[in-house]
Amino acid sequence: MSRVIVRIPTPLRGFAGGNSEIAAEGADVGAVLSAIGADHPELLERVMKDDGQPREFVNIYLGSDNVRTLDGMDTPVGEGDVLSILPAVAGGAP
Amino acid sequence: MPDPIQPPRVSPMNRISLPDPLREELATIAVDGYPYETCGVLVGASADDEVRVEKVFQARNLNTERARDRYVLDPDDLMSADLAAREAGLEIVGFWHTHPDHPARPSETDREAAWDGYSYVILSVSGARVEDLRSWRLNGEGFVEERVEA
Repeated sequence: MSRVIVRIPTPLRGFAGGNSEIAAEGADVGAVLSAIGADHPELLERVMKDDGQPREFVNIYLGSDNVRTLDGMDTPVGEGDVLSILPAVAGGAP
Repeated sequence: MPDPIQPPRVSPMNRISLPDPLREELATIAVDGYPYETCGVLVGASADDEVRVEKVFQARNLNTERARDRYVLDPDDLMSADLAAREAGLEIVGFWHTHPDHPARPSETDREAAWDGYSYVILSVSGARVEDLRSWRLNGEGFVEERVEA
């Protein structure tokens, strides 16, 4: 179990007790986010699907790496690591 | 399917401050990138219903197959902008992108990916100039226009 800092994007802070960062423990990315979800279920709902995968328009970074390029939610975390929740931004002209 | 664009509503409660130098910076990128879509990140501060943009970042468009009418903002560029924002004591307040030869109004494609709580600035660009710049904020299922101030 490692203690990790999770950075919360501004629009989701209302679902995280107003915090910009939350500390949580877990062995991998999914476990850390689930641990946060125990206290902030509405936050978790907006980040993760029922199957435990990130929602389509959400990216999760471990340090400077997108976890989709690592082992996804199974990516192991280390003591003091920083997880960032970010929007996946896309769109275009009509 | 809900109309992504609500009837135009500009509330004095929704304002975004985009200083002229930043607006010019966006215009330059938009014109240089024409006829392709360009995109990026707005960094600044927000309080209540007012957003103040202090920096703009350009990001890569990962949608190279349909770069004339679609964009996928490179998440690595967003991560870099987020780090820069936090180091400066600022935050990501929204995103910008261009609509080459189309109005500065959000599309259904824009709505699908949008989050509540961010400003979405759209520049309509045609050839050598920016025709229009507007800012939008998702409000439930549809977008509401924000008042853009210098």
